[in-house]
Amino acid sequence: MTTAIRDTSTRRAGATLLPRLLPGNSHPTELEAHLKVHGAIPYRGGARMLIHTIESAGLTGRGGAAFPTHRKLTAVADQKGLPVVVGNGAEGEPASDKDKELLRSSPHLVLDGLQLAAEAVGARRVHLYVHREPRLVQHLNAALAERAAVGVDRIAVSLVTAPPRFLAGEASALVSRVEGGPAMPRFNPPRMSERGVHGAPTLVQNVETLAQLALISRYGPAWFRAVGTEAEPGSMLTTVRLANGGGGVMETPIGAPIAELLRLAENPAKAVLVGGYHGAWLTPEQARHLTLSNADLRPLGAAVGAGVLAALPTDRCGLVESARVVQYLASESAGQCGPCLNGLPRIAATLWQLAEHRSGPAARDDLHRWSKLVEQRGACHHPDGTVRFLRSALNVFADEVMLHETGQCSAGTYEPFLPIPAASPQHKDDWS
Amino acid sequence: MNERLRVNPILCTGHGLCAELLPEQIDLDEWGYPLISGEPVPERLRPLARRAVTDCPVLALMLVRDR
Repeated sequence: MTTAIRDTSTRRAGATLLPRLLPGNSHPTELEAHLKVHGAIPYRGGARMLIHTIESAGLTGRGGAAFPTHRKLTAVADQKGLPVVVGNGAEGEPASDKDKELLRSSPHLVLDGLQLAAEAVGARRVHLYVHREPRLVQHLNAALAERAAVGVDRIAVSLVTAPPRFLAGEASALVSRVEGGPAMPRFNPPRMSERGVHGAPTLVQNVETLAQLALISRYGPAWFRAVGTEAEPGSMLTTVRLANGGGGVMETPIGAPIAELLRLAENPAKAVLVGGYHGAWLTPEQARHLTLSNADLRPLGAAVGAGVLAALPTDRCGLVESARVVQYLASESAGQCGPCLNGLPRIAATLWQLAEHRSGPAARDDLHRWSKLVEQRGACHHPDGTVRFLRSALNVFADEVMLHETGQCSAGTYEPFLPIPAASPQHKDDWS
Repeated sequence: MNERLRVNPILCTGHGLCAELLPEQIDLDEWGYPLISGEPVPERLRPLARRAVTDCPVLALMLVRDR
């Protein structure tokens, strides 16, 4: 799914014009066109000058954690050493395409954001971190060359590539990779803002956050806040998977009704996945009344995350789909921490047994016990996210689980719906 | 000042020595990895806790002061 949805009905003049980040057509924006639309990079002329603007805008991280961007900028700018800035485009979530689509179609917004963030924290070194996908890397190198020819960048950007794995974009794995090591999570990194890449204060921002920052620098906080909610202002890129198989990347105001984004009225769903494979399932009844916002989702143990919304078609089995996802997540463990290494494969195997009507009487108890045993015991949050997904599956598909325990299943088809990367055993131990 | 035990899960290989020395604070899970209570280590257990830290074969255990 690489096509982006652009709702032309919202492309009218005015402050709420969307999309902001993606071009109006599906063609990548080249530098000349980018400069014509947005003008030159509005450098502020010194460190910290931009931070107050970002604070007024209320921009939060679009990589999943929704942490206030100005606080990260301030924390890094406050340090004594010379900071490093890394744009994180290594989107490991298989159900998300938004960072790839942004880097493909609007690379210059991301690269402008990198320069502005570097200026704001006083950095001299800037990296862009992406999966090592030849076409994407070639495309970004071409964009960087275009910029070098015109001299728009004050700091040369070095492109760092990571294996296309789920955990490669985790912040401590990113730091390890930028240092030349494997893209594997580390234990208890001291705060990244204090000691990150080679011990330097480090700012890691998702590429969409950087693109948003580049727009806010030009158009200001009021413009940014013209869409979204008071508490969660702005737009966000969302990867939408409709129950009819359609969908794509779209830019939506935060706070848009989930039922509208997934067109649930025309495409009924058995359940709705929000936030991706570290996210949570919702029942259609829950989804119908909620908006895409953390204010609505957090009380249910879910979150907007990196903006994944998937409507499971009514002819699919939620348990089978979840078992596939959990098996994938278990296979993506870095295998560094005992509880994750031991627990995730057992959880995945037992969930499969449930899905395939082969489970013993203790299956559900085992799943809940192992969930508690792996939670909060990893160097990174991979076990926590996996358990969150699993628990929501057991909860939302509780009736399906009971059906399976009696040898039945509600599915009309077992054709996989949620995307799972093809198994690549040759890459199993390849982290660089 | 409170001190708590913490384990580096990447270094830990599940020798289990810490749980033998300090069963009041450390249990082992079904795979042999330490489950640490997370409560402050009481004064009377501190010498044992320090020993558990220094005796860990892979130096995965630490005593951390509350910030």
